[in-house]
Amino acid sequence: MNFTLKVWRQANTQTAGRLETYQAKDVPSDASFLEMIDIVNGHLEEEGKEPIAFAHDCREGICGSCSMMIDGVAHGPVKGAATCQVHMRTFTDGQVITVEPWRSAAFPVLKDLITNRSALDRIIQAGGYISAPTGGARDANEILVPKQDSDSAMDAAACIGCGACVAACPNGSASLFTGAKISHLGRLPQGQPERYKRVEAMVAQMDEEHFGHCTLYGECQEACPKMISIDVITRMNRDFIVAKATKMPEMAGHGAD
Amino acid sequence: MELKSKIPSGPLEQKWDSHRFNMKLVNPANKRKYHVIVVGAGLAGASAAATMSELGYKVSCFVYHDSPRRAHSIAAQGGINAAKNYQNDGDSVKRLFYDTIKGGDFRSREANVYRLAQVSVNIIDQCVAQGVPFAREYGGLLTNRSFGGAQVSRTFYARGQTGQQLLLGAYQALEKQVGKGAITMHTLTEMLDVILVDGVARGIVARDLRTGKITSHIADAVVLATGGYGNVFFLSTNAMQSNVTATWRAYKKGAAFANPCFTQIHPTCIPQAGEHQSKLTLMSESLRNDGRCWAPLRKGDTRNPRDIPESERDYFLERKYPSFGNLAPRDIASRAAKEVCDEGRGVGETGLGVYLDFGDSIKRLGENAISERYGNLFEMYERITDEDPYKQPMRIYPAVHYTMGGTWVDYNLMSTIPGLHVLGEANFSDHGANRLGASALMQGLADGYFVAPLTIGDYIAQAKLPAVSSDHPEVRAAEAAATQRMKTLVNIKGKRSTDSFHRDLGRIMWDNCGMARSREALTTAIGDIGALKEEFWRNVSVPGSDADLNQALEKANRVADFIELGELMCRDALEREESCGGHFRTEYQTPDGEALRNDDQYAHVAAWQYNGETAAPSRLVEPLTFESVQLSQRSYK
Repeated sequence: MNFTLKVWRQANTQTAGRLETYQAKDVPSDASFLEMIDIVNGHLEEEGKEPIAFAHDCREGICGSCSMMIDGVAHGPVKGAATCQVHMRTFTDGQVITVEPWRSAAFPVLKDLITNRSALDRIIQAGGYISAPTGGARDANEILVPKQDSDSAMDAAACIGCGACVAACPNGSASLFTGAKISHLGRLPQGQPERYKRVEAMVAQMDEEHFGHCTLYGECQEACPKMISIDVITRMNRDFIVAKATKMPEMAGHGAD
Repeated sequence: MELKSKIPSGPLEQKWDSHRFNMKLVNPANKRKYHVIVVGAGLAGASAAATMSELGYKVSCFVYHDSPRRAHSIAAQGGINAAKNYQNDGDSVKRLFYDTIKGGDFRSREANVYRLAQVSVNIIDQCVAQGVPFAREYGGLLTNRSFGGAQVSRTFYARGQTGQQLLLGAYQALEKQVGKGAITMHTLTEMLDVILVDGVARGIVARDLRTGKITSHIADAVVLATGGYGNVFFLSTNAMQSNVTATWRAYKKGAAFANPCFTQIHPTCIPQAGEHQSKLTLMSESLRNDGRCWAPLRKGDTRNPRDIPESERDYFLERKYPSFGNLAPRDIASRAAKEVCDEGRGVGETGLGVYLDFGDSIKRLGENAISERYGNLFEMYERITDEDPYKQPMRIYPAVHYTMGGTWVDYNLMSTIPGLHVLGEANFSDHGANRLGASALMQGLADGYFVAPLTIGDYIAQAKLPAVSSDHPEVRAAEAAATQRMKTLVNIKGKRSTDSFHRDLGRIMWDNCGMARSREALTTAIGDIGALKEEFWRNVSVPGSDADLNQALEKANRVADFIELGELMCRDALEREESCGGHFRTEYQTPDGEALRNDDQYAHVAAWQYNGETAAPSRLVEPLTFESVQLSQRSYK
């Protein structure tokens, strides 16, 4: 298959970027989107030209590194897939494809298609954990966790931290990412003691990082490669209101409801 | 150099306890005065960094990813073993110990493996306390599944994303400490060298991948938790950036490299589709719980698998290994699949594949039950191959997955360089010549949460370390050498891409140092790798500048080390004149084609000492003594 690519090239955060055109020739239909870029980059390297910089690692949809807007859609046309899981057979031969980095004020471009997503780590630092220093844990089966709670915690915990939700959101909100962590931990009995303190701290950090607010467009759940539902945002909002209304962020939770 | 394993004396069951009692402690108020550098933030690195920070040490953590959550541990699917015996099926610390020693084909240290089995139970407790959502029964208790090489159910799992959930647990513990200001995190920063002062590890040289700036960092102890080197084969299930550079640089500074030829070829991966392929995808071993491996009885049978009647199918694992069947260990299952394909009975376009069939299980349990267990894996398979595994059997073929070899470490996980500790897949310690499924996650977390934080404390308490300033001649020299290497690479300005060299290296390694090895093939490979190395340093094209974000340069720097490692692997495979675990020498096999060990001459660890660019490395030997288990020919029949 052959494609014409219009790819965003930008030397660094300070300089302006532009779209450059490349031809991707003789690409097997079984190749993944990233393997198609590998082919283009291989030719560029042989010509002594700088290859297109893009974040990638596991190439099986779990590390959350890859992050491209393909024709304006975060992670491209396949639902529930990261960029690395999109195969060229999904496109038509001869198609013109535009490839850009995540677009968000909170994710400055580092180079070409690579953005700085460290704001997401800082949201976790603010409270996205259960304080359980190594060594003090009691037997794993001492606390029973109903299967449905454990399963819904896992649904939320499936987030890979890629930032597609932010890129897809017209407001640039990180609510799906943050809500997913709050729901994962808040569904479990182990997560109750810090539940309200956690939501306050994480939401405050989102604001600090210049993410926008959520107005329930729902674009995030459409773009999410793990298809995490916006239910997690509702849960975050509810916990946040409870935390603010009771003014007792340190109080213990009321069970994993 | 002498290899001192420092295994504590006394009965096996009490070694770790008595060793912990004999350790020197660092006063809690003094811990913050000591600086520990941790390189890597996968399961081993993140858990070690978090735990040492919780204990009070000043910790800096370096990762080449943009976030510690992206380390390759995240991709582990199937599960983590622990001797909890929650299923009441006869499991115990001793049984997990024995299964692991036997699974490793009697080429690992008894004392290390016993300790691993002991702390396995604490790992599960720790992870559950952190909020890891392991699979549960309706009554709220944790559930387990079986894995290869064991006849008990001791594997804990979180759907097909166990590695992800365990890593996120460790990552969150790490980020909590970062948020408190107790850990300094260096993301997008790659270690280029270890700094030695008076023969002791005192820091690292690292490159900021955003700007290309090279800086030195001084510490009282250095920890490498930088993963395995499977990408030496170019195609493997490892992530694209997984590399050997950290441990290879340490090797060249004097840290002996043990058993480099012990690599694991995983039996259940999606077969390669074509030349463009950049990596291979694993299908979790847990699938073998319900999937049956088979190939057509007749050569060149190209019928649709559903049209091949039972009587014309060869369920080769069940036939050859009736007592373990489809749950035979990885090395054995891989070799069996290769044999079938070598006989011309392989399936798929390339003939390099066998079926993994869920037809019977779906009939027995229903599609829903199978989807509940493996839904995400089936989806992943369909996405890649465009075939529906609910309707037709999966096609699988072995692929490089894990490396048992790595930096040699003593019982305290310290390398032959004092002050340099190596954890997780990066060390050689626990899996012998073959690793059992669901044991890598166990080892990474055992090392990071429960072993290294104590043994490093013991080291710090006893080491008398003079202050080292950033303009110490050794620091300056290491920094200058690293800078020069980067400049050399960008100035070669040759004609070939780094990937083209990497692909060639991978082909040499897979053909000669893969599932079957021979004296002749290995000797040829060593010559071919030498020629490849010469051409690389003359003809590689690394566009762009060293003072910039430059992925071509990052790759070239790593592949240069892979080429050298490849040579050492072949050398190690050549010198080990026996077959054991994943190391299969065609000259040494039983009449029915199983691995033929030579315990009289090779019941030892081979660790390689670097002797400079021009001299051959020396092969050092650490004899393995077995007091609690009887060496036997491994049988899964």
